[in-house]
Amino acid sequence: MSLGTTMKSSIGAKALMAITGIILVLFVIGHMVGNLQVFLGPDALNQYAHTLQSLGPILWIIRLVLLTTLVAHIWSAAVVVRMSVAARPVDYQKRKDLTTGFAARTMLVSGIVVALFIVYHVLHFTTGTIDMAESYGQMLPDGGGHDVYKMVIEGFQHPLTTIVYCLATVVLCLHLSHGISSLMQTLGFRNDSNAARIDKVGPVLAIIILIGNLSMPIAALTGLIK
Amino acid sequence: MRITLHVWRQKNSTDTGGMKEYTVDGVSEDMSFLEMLDLVNENLINEGKEPIAFDHDCREGICGTCSLMINGIAHGPDAAITTCQLHMRSFKDGDAIHIEPWRSLAFPVVRDLVVDRSSFDRIVQAGGYVSINAGAAQDANCLPIPKPDSDTSMDAAACIGCGACVASCPNGSAMLFVSAKIGHLAHLPQGQPERYKRARDMVAQMDAEGFGACSNHYECEAVCPKEIPVKFIAKMNRDFFKATMCSES
Ligand code: FES
Repeated sequence: MSLGTTMKSSIGAKALMAITGIILVLFVIGHMVGNLQVFLGPDALNQYAHTLQSLGPILWIIRLVLLTTLVAHIWSAAVVVRMSVAARPVDYQKRKDLTTGFAARTMLVSGIVVALFIVYHVLHFTTGTIDMAESYGQMLPDGGGHDVYKMVIEGFQHPLTTIVYCLATVVLCLHLSHGISSLMQTLGFRNDSNAARIDKVGPVLAIIILIGNLSMPIAALTGLIK
Repeated sequence: MRITLHVWRQKNSTDTGGMKEYTVDGVSEDMSFLEMLDLVNENLINEGKEPIAFDHDCREGICGTCSLMINGIAHGPDAAITTCQLHMRSFKDGDAIHIEPWRSLAFPVVRDLVVDRSSFDRIVQAGGYVSINAGAAQDANCLPIPKPDSDTSMDAAACIGCGACVASCPNGSAMLFVSAKIGHLAHLPQGQPERYKRARDMVAQMDAEGFGACSNHYECEAVCPKEIPVKFIAKMNRDFFKATMCSES
């Protein structure tokens, strides 16, 4: 069976979604841990940002891998959704869910919202196209690279921006709370003895990521970090 | 008891169909759900009207012929039983009950509540068997099978192929059924020679029939009259990965 045929099969597409999902979750965690250095003060964050920037070509390889992963994740989602929509041409007038939850039922919507947010987020902090005119690209006086710390603090001074970030974080965590547990079942790791733990690991990780990612914009907006 | 029914009526596979309302008096709580429908049909026949067509055979929960989406739940509100094992004592006087057929592209409606589930047969034909000559029945214990394996195999083999998993799945996926059919053979020595080819071919047939892709809602497990767990889906996925990545045929 060729890899292409496998990926277009129901289980193959799900596996691709699961594997790309793992990579994206790891990125989300790494991204959060890196950014949490904002609480250690300007020097720590700027030093971290400078290290990333100076990776040069390696940074671009990482970006390319992430973009490819994201595209593959979305593509496999499209395959799966198309199959599922086609599978029930006439819907029930009444159908009751017994076990599934809000997060699982809204994966498509939360996925689309997160994808749109990624575009906004990149335009906001990475390229500075949106709303960052003054502080984006300002250099540190000592030649230590960009003043990322200042950019973050100023970026979150607009309540609207902060609200958008907080909402997007909530939606992301909703997506992850089902996605992380779900991918383990898809990849065949879930069994009788670990089912309860696997079903919990998604929601627990999602809440940790939620707290970590919400803390930064809220701290900046409320003046906890300046 | 007096029960109001909202039933899907559809003349044939090309008719658009729609919900019709019926009121039935004199329902006893000892009646099974299907006996209640028999009563409705007797009344309809006496009135010179077309009776409601529905699937049934053994009426003792073992054949998998009965179906019905009852108030939005496959096989009705009680867990771990088929519609034929559901009794009217689970309802009360004055209740309104919605009855719809299984909804799936691969289960076309034949008439009223009867759907064609031969897509399941084609999936089994694609590999759900052992084609090696296993010989005549052997003496007990001549072929040693560890107890956990035979138990797991039996858990999967309990599948009666009713299609409730497909009917209840928000994605219209047949993975619980297919994984049960793959799983019961995958745990027995006789199933080993064709194990990975079986997983690959049955999954391919499942996709070709137009079933949806599982996104782990676990609704299937909740409605399965034989309580087949979704761990068989995880096992099937593992066999499918091995089949596509490692097997040469
Ligand atoms: S009629 Fe046989 S299982 Fe219900």
